[in-house]
Amino acid sequence: MRVAKEVRDDRTVLSVQEDRIDAHNSGELKDVVLKTLEGGARNVVIDLARVQFIDSSGLGALLSGYKNANLRSISFALAGLQPRVRSMFELTRLHRVFDIYPSLQLALSA
Amino acid sequence: MCETAVNLDIVVPNETRYLRFVGAIAEQLAKELDIQEDKRDTLAFHLNLALTEAVANAIQYSSSANAKDSVRICLSVKDAYLSVRVFDHGGGFDLAAVPTPDLDELRERGRGIFFIRSVMDSVQYRKTESGNVLEMRKKIA
Repeated sequence: MRVAKEVRDDRTVLSVQEDRIDAHNSGELKDVVLKTLEGGARNVVIDLARVQFIDSSGLGALLSGYKNANLRSISFALAGLQPRVRSMFELTRLHRVFDIYPSLQLALSA
Repeated sequence: MCETAVNLDIVVPNETRYLRFVGAIAEQLAKELDIQEDKRDTLAFHLNLALTEAVANAIQYSSSANAKDSVRICLSVKDAYLSVRVFDHGGGFDLAAVPTPDLDELRERGRGIFFIRSVMDSVQYRKTESGNVLEMRKKIA
């Protein structure tokens, strides 16, 4: 799982560099997110603009991050969901749970 | 709809790195079907999703003592129906006992079968002498 980490002002941006998140790499994504949360980040944005496909395990990895961030009072947002990825959040109603922005730029200016 | 039957028989190692491969095959099959273009892309996505979830389950539930097992997948198109069968050699599970997840609960697991049921018309799981098979069907015309 290739994830680019970048700190912009007070935001930590994790940009997923894969076009697909499934049971093969979702565990790694979960670990990267948890390590970032444990490392003292206060505002985390996950940029999913490159991701064209996500399965149930990928949603689980992002939920793990969301719940862990909530416990630590860290803001946690998603950005750049492609149509197929967005549809998975809508099917599971998770689009009502996550803070979701159409693009990374909009997430950073929020 | 092309009246010629299509049958694909695929065997891959019991490893999650092949999920991308089988998902891509499913997408490609959908793109070859003689159906409306807007429906074709949705079908391709749904087949990719259903097969990814089913094969991931088959890998997860396979006996760890047989880590070198393979997963067999049969895709067929006939009489306006697309059928996907995924065979595993694990202990099996009771599909009827898999609950519809409470979407208000933020559980990290338990949505795979829900996705399969959501995008396919019918799902069955049978235990046979030669292993278990998850069969998913979808009308394509």
